[in-house]
Amino acid sequence: MPRDIWLIFRHQLRLTLGGWLGLVFGVLQPVLNLVLFGPLLGTYLGHDSWQIFVPGVLIQLSLLSAGLAGFGIVFDARFGVLERLRVTPASRLALLLGRVLTNTVVLLGQAVIVIAAGVAFGFRVPVAGLLIGLALLVPLAAGLAALSYAFALTLKRQELFAPLSSTFVVPMLLLSGAMLPMSAAPGWLDAVSRATPFRYGVEALRAAFAGHYASTTLAAGLGVSAAFAVAALAVGTRTFTRQHS
Amino acid sequence: MDHVIEARGLAKSFTGTDAVRGVDLTVRAGEIVGFLGPNGAGKTTTLRMLTTLLRPTGGTATVAGHDLIADPAGVRRRIGYVAQGGSTNPSCTALQELVLQARLYRVPDARSRSLDLLADFDLADRAIGAMSGGQKRRLDIALGVVHRPAVVFLDEPTTGLDPQSRSALWEHIRRLRDQHGTTVFLTTHYLDEADALCDRILIIDQGRIVDEGSPDDLKARLAGDVVTTEIAGDPGRARAALADLAHVREVRVTGRTLRLTVEPGDRILIELTRALDAAGVEPLSIQHTRPTLDDVFLALTERKAAARAA
Repeated sequence: MPRDIWLIFRHQLRLTLGGWLGLVFGVLQPVLNLVLFGPLLGTYLGHDSWQIFVPGVLIQLSLLSAGLAGFGIVFDARFGVLERLRVTPASRLALLLGRVLTNTVVLLGQAVIVIAAGVAFGFRVPVAGLLIGLALLVPLAAGLAALSYAFALTLKRQELFAPLSSTFVVPMLLLSGAMLPMSAAPGWLDAVSRATPFRYGVEALRAAFAGHYASTTLAAGLGVSAAFAVAALAVGTRTFTRQHS
Repeated sequence: MDHVIEARGLAKSFTGTDAVRGVDLTVRAGEIVGFLGPNGAGKTTTLRMLTTLLRPTGGTATVAGHDLIADPAGVRRRIGYVAQGGSTNPSCTALQELVLQARLYRVPDARSRSLDLLADFDLADRAIGAMSGGQKRRLDIALGVVHRPAVVFLDEPTTGLDPQSRSALWEHIRRLRDQHGTTVFLTTHYLDEADALCDRILIIDQGRIVDEGSPDDLKARLAGDVVTTEIAGDPGRARAALADLAHVREVRVTGRTLRLTVEPGDRILIELTRALDAAGVEPLSIQHTRPTLDDVFLALTERKAAARAA
């Protein structure tokens, strides 16, 4: 199975990089967010704003990039590619994991670009914090991509994939406190926010980038992200291995 | 291994409907077998069961030496499947898809096998989105046989293709069997396709196999040859002279034209003209037509409709 994961990963990665225009626009939106919204945030939060905002933009990127990964499989299902692969001896789990790995690697590449853009504006991060932050994105992206594939495959009316997914992604983004820290939120909103995994992801990213490696915030973020990834991959696996489609 | 596919009582019911109600079929190694039936008869459902894409709700089957239920992975290694609606990503090139497929099947030297297949199927390594319908279909089949399967399942291989592409594709399908000994199991609702390609035809209707045989056998048994003759004299006399002949099954008269359903035979026209001569009726024209599978199909469905009405 590792070899099949690798084969699917390489194939999908090559296809994704071949569609480089999509990648450029995928990363352009978070970068524009940084450029057009970041300075404004600075006037409210002061000079720490980049430390707060760059992690938020990374979560936005994860939700948009990995969270909408299922879009690709809608087409593969329609063109019959998926069915062709399901009749090969490759395990169906490998078909899923290969794709999830592609989305995760692509996301990490995009994240590096966003961080570089942030650094150009004055964002500062220690190397260890940067690496921990990127590592934190891995389970979040993998989980989001797996959920997105499961959702795309279960959906009967696939033209609804994009509208329904954004209806999920946008509230998740707002509730995570990616745009503005949730500490300023009224009590009920803060409580709702704590029920979403991305809230912990954002806060752990901020902690890692600030160099607070021994903090409970970081530990909680890593734990929640890992749990989210395990649950999401379980759902994705079930959907992918089901024989009836 | 003599039988490549052997199914007993294979059935599939979806909630509320029985799509396939107990199919028995046997396919020998090296045969080209056509699975013929109207839309909704259960062709694709049967095919999807035999290729492990759908789990049967009843019955058993062995495909390429492996048990369908107990060892679907073993079946998958030994079969090729070409689905109805295509199987390729338009943003890939032909070679990318072939190499991926070959590697997933662990074909040694995947790249050179893929290049050979491109040549075999008259394809260039181009973006699939830029290929014609016939080229895409040939690529689908090349993908289905990349691992030299014992049997390849083709679901409506030529639907939507122009006549040239169809006959080119038939040639490729024949070559699979003739040069590589691959067993071919295909579904179609084109009777001419079944006639041109298949050694044997299974006819499925409403989830059951209703008849089977070689194209010639089915035509002889179910449709018969048709002789049409126009006469100068009295149609009643002509009818009386012909109706009792040994090889004549049925006579219908329309004006001065007689339409006879007869058993196939080379001497039938001679017999008929002699009988007309003896009765003093002069034929103006006489024409012998061999049946098509369309006639077989209509005969079968008419018979069933009559049985239902009775």
